[in-house]
Amino acid sequence: MTEAVQRLNPAPSGPRILRALLLVGVVVAALWVGLRVLRDPNVFSALGPTLSKLGQALVAIVLGVGGIWGLFYAGNVIIESLPGRAAGILRPYLFVIPAVAVVGLYLIYPTVGTVVESFTDVPEGDGPLTNYGQAFTNRDVLIALRNNAIWLLIAPAASVVIGLVFAALADRVRHEATAKSFVFMPLAVSFVGASVIWRFMYAWKPPGQPQIGVLNALWVGAGGVLVNLGLLEEVEPVAWLQHIPWNTLALIAIMVWLQVGFAMVILSAAIKGVPTELTEAARIDGASELQAFFRITVPSIRGSILTVYTTISIAVLKVFDIIFVTTGGNLDTSVVAVRMYQEMFRFRNFGQATTMAVILLIAVLPIMIVNIRNLRRQGVGA
Amino acid sequence: MSKRWLIATMVAFSLIVAACGGDTGATTTTGGTDTTEAPTTTAEGDTTTTGEGGESTGYEHLDQALAGDFDGSTVEIWAQWLPESSEAANFTHTLEPFTEATGITVNFQPTPDYETALQVAVDGGNAPDLAQIAQPGKMHQYADAGSLVALSDWLNTDKLAAEMVPAFYELGTYNDTLYGVYYKADVKSIVWYPVQGFADAGYEVPTTWDELVALSDQIIADGNGNPWCISIESQEADGWVATDWMEDILLRTAPPEIYNQWITHEIPFNHPEVLEAADYMSQIWFTDDYAYGGNTYINATWIGETQDPMFAEDGPQCWMQKQAAWIGGFWGANRDALADDPNLPSDQWPIKPETDVDFFYFPQIEEEFGTPVLGAADMFVMYNDRPEVRALLEWLATPEAAEGWIERGGFLSTLTTVPEDWYVYPNNQLSTMVADATTLGFDASDLMPAEVGVGSFWSGMVDWVAANGEGTEEVFQEIEDSWPTG
Amino acid sequence: MTARAERLRSLGVVRSGWLVRITVLLIVAVWTIPSLGLLVNSFRSSVDSSSTGWWTSLLSPISTQWTLDNYNRVLTSGGLFDAFINSLIVTIPATIIPITLAAFAAFGFAWLKFRGRSLMFGVLVGLIVVPLQLSLVPLLKIYQSTELTGSFLGIWLAHTGFGLPLAVFLLYNFISQLPQDIFESAYIDGATPFTAFTRLVLPLSVPALASFAIFQFLWVWNDFLVALVFLGTSSDVAVLTIELASIVGSRGEAFHLLTAAAFVSMLIPLIVFLSLQRFFVRGLLAGSVKG
Repeated sequence: MTEAVQRLNPAPSGPRILRALLLVGVVVAALWVGLRVLRDPNVFSALGPTLSKLGQALVAIVLGVGGIWGLFYAGNVIIESLPGRAAGILRPYLFVIPAVAVVGLYLIYPTVGTVVESFTDVPEGDGPLTNYGQAFTNRDVLIALRNNAIWLLIAPAASVVIGLVFAALADRVRHEATAKSFVFMPLAVSFVGASVIWRFMYAWKPPGQPQIGVLNALWVGAGGVLVNLGLLEEVEPVAWLQHIPWNTLALIAIMVWLQVGFAMVILSAAIKGVPTELTEAARIDGASELQAFFRITVPSIRGSILTVYTTISIAVLKVFDIIFVTTGGNLDTSVVAVRMYQEMFRFRNFGQATTMAVILLIAVLPIMIVNIRNLRRQGVGA
Repeated sequence: MSKRWLIATMVAFSLIVAACGGDTGATTTTGGTDTTEAPTTTAEGDTTTTGEGGESTGYEHLDQALAGDFDGSTVEIWAQWLPESSEAANFTHTLEPFTEATGITVNFQPTPDYETALQVAVDGGNAPDLAQIAQPGKMHQYADAGSLVALSDWLNTDKLAAEMVPAFYELGTYNDTLYGVYYKADVKSIVWYPVQGFADAGYEVPTTWDELVALSDQIIADGNGNPWCISIESQEADGWVATDWMEDILLRTAPPEIYNQWITHEIPFNHPEVLEAADYMSQIWFTDDYAYGGNTYINATWIGETQDPMFAEDGPQCWMQKQAAWIGGFWGANRDALADDPNLPSDQWPIKPETDVDFFYFPQIEEEFGTPVLGAADMFVMYNDRPEVRALLEWLATPEAAEGWIERGGFLSTLTTVPEDWYVYPNNQLSTMVADATTLGFDASDLMPAEVGVGSFWSGMVDWVAANGEGTEEVFQEIEDSWPTG
Repeated sequence: MTARAERLRSLGVVRSGWLVRITVLLIVAVWTIPSLGLLVNSFRSSVDSSSTGWWTSLLSPISTQWTLDNYNRVLTSGGLFDAFINSLIVTIPATIIPITLAAFAAFGFAWLKFRGRSLMFGVLVGLIVVPLQLSLVPLLKIYQSTELTGSFLGIWLAHTGFGLPLAVFLLYNFISQLPQDIFESAYIDGATPFTAFTRLVLPLSVPALASFAIFQFLWVWNDFLVALVFLGTSSDVAVLTIELASIVGSRGEAFHLLTAAAFVSMLIPLIVFLSLQRFFVRGLLAGSVKG
């Protein structure tokens, strides 16, 4: 491919390079001016407060969106104006370096610092593994690790299965968009909003008082029927968030509620990408709906399923807000991310906090390796 | 972390506190001769006139500010009070005279997610000039990290020590340096009850522990529901209400030395005296039918809604709640009224303090330990040193900085120079209560190392409630085991 | 009826059998009920919300004390319009920029050969797991020294940095599965990788791009912590989440007000989702190979 492109590229010439540099200069200048305008809210003040704000918004959006494309375009122009060989070597980096650079600063640099600190932030004279030793002998940390494992076992699988089923079924229903919007809606709610929503789901009132939580209303209601029928002695509402070990499951349910929307969107797009000719051919050959689905459709979207499963698994490993805002990590519900927060912001014990983070990083490695291997095996072009 | 100074001050100053109950007006620390005629105690606040050679306030930078030296500058101050809350509104109101008199703009940023935001800002180099801190432990952390400006370097500490309740002055110091100026105090040793309900049922306010227990039994016997409204659920801060109970009881069942040694870990967390206090607490929390809804209610109900059963249509279903005065804004319909208008004065609340719901002092338990009071307070610390910042901090140490808030209610000052007649209900009674206290205990969990004070102590209490008070020894042993070494 | 539909019909494929419809309805109901509770409670007073179930208000709508007070409080808070615009200023570029960078990178990793490809990809994608609280302090220090704190550019870059690993991961998964022949024919026709990318890959990737755009938009729109740390709370930059948190508390301390705030905040993401729905159309791939 490289040779073909090289052959087709016109040789560089003076005017070409000049034009390229000029273009780059224009782009950079435009960006610079735009940023200055953005910074200074007084620029539009003559228009009055509302219009001024909107004017600022317009500049911001044009700048943010156009700026990045301008930079890429300018970069491409520069590269194409170079001699073929140089262009061929540099070209891939144009695509990749911006992303790597940004991530390098925002994620790699702090992460390296974190990993290092987990080994170095130890009391005088102690070995580098002190923090790890301390963590793994701390009962609260062990409970958190156990909980993360439970979460990892249940939440991603449940989300993917329900998401897949719903995506497949919604595909064949008339008001597909509406149905999908409802399942998607939880994602639009912030984490704090979700926690308030589920407070009302899990709320507990003393027996004899009207239940305000949906779950307990159903529980007491159904139980009441059974009591009247003489099948049960009595029924009491359950404190779902306080009752060990069901409270962890109750919290997992919240996560699944949120993640199914994500799974559904991705898998729905994937399902729609499977050419109908394939399934139709199978049907003509006598396969039933279900067989067609499981033998043709699902394998075709295997990559997407794995992607979704991986992404949700990672989100599950990082889960923090849901637990922190409902139970604060008490009553055996804590997870590693909650411990990390407490160590970092409450106890100011950075050695332990960074250790928690490294544990998370290590836990995700197997997931990532499996996923990348799978993507590779599917065949990468060029 | 040595708190030997606590031992010295706690009991000794009780006499001092009693002496400065406002009537005598004379504070007794050495070098306090200028307090009796301190211009800051006059209600008209003539110190706020711009410098026409007026009397000195006693604070150097404040004098300069009043003379207009820093006109046009800005000071940024953060606090955790929610921006739309009455606390924030009141604080803004109380700051107004300062800006008027000095021309310094005060940029008050009430900050949500305070715990995280402040720390990240400080660590990241973006700290505010002044910040409100509730826990001395937090102040120690920042001081250790070198983030705080040492106030004793430039502040007139003699004057401050003379004008502030000594315990609060001492708590603002660390390693013999003053880092924090205490501003707003909270009294926790009070129990709220329904006025009309008590009158109708013929109940009397208990003044001793035995009377308290007897009243509880009486309420049950009369078939009037459950005597106690208790709950501790507060999301990520679950459990702190329980720690307050433990502390209040310990102050009443053991000498102050024990309390202090408990904080400094000179005695183990699960010392027999502490376990004895836990037994008293169990008596109220875990005796059958005492607490409304039992231990499930305690763990499952948000602290803002704890007292709702007291306002049930057919009469109170629970009759007493021990909680500091802020709870007033959360009684039933008050939540909605204040959501509508956070500045609503308390005499317009649907459920009014004093007339509808009044409080009594959490009773004495063992006579030899007198009538202690448990409290907590907020201080201001300084991160960035500039003259105008110094001026504002000095001003916050004067009664003028409290005046605007006091007149709106809900503020108890840490200064002894605030005139008694400024206070309205309930703080007028509370300041008397503080003055009459035989011991003033500061919230222990705020003083303990964070791993315990906001860590295992909180979660231990939650676990203890979940077990309905069983396994007390194990719970307290676990907390003891979690005390950080070294 | 189209020929295709006829053929399907004859095969006994009912477009939507009753079983399918019931199941879909059930799932939709279970997924909606929690949010419905919040919506109903947002129109009730705090006392009512905490003493009777929200469904009782639905069952006896006349006798219920509906109230607009919660919304009133939230909507009349002075800074709401500015906060809303600020959220747009932050979110739109913070969605477009990462998608752009990620699309370029995903294409590069998937279809271009260069040294260090595997390593870079592995590291980039592996960073998905990094909890962002760790980055706050080191980054803030850098921002302070480069005066990026409180600037929109600063937060665009921050969200880009935090969102890129997942974006690259998702887009790579899609782009790497495009059929190889479309590239070969394009290069034979004289296209450079850049034009192949812009004219071929991007249009074909629209479902994937749209999918990720939704999630990134939501993530940034609902973000609180990053905005708090890098942008701040002053009124000319405060975003909607900050503004709402200042009314109800960031952890929901005054959560009887949060009901209304949550719905106010949810409106825009829903509109975004609904408007991007049309990109998830069957058959986008078929028939557009030669373009």
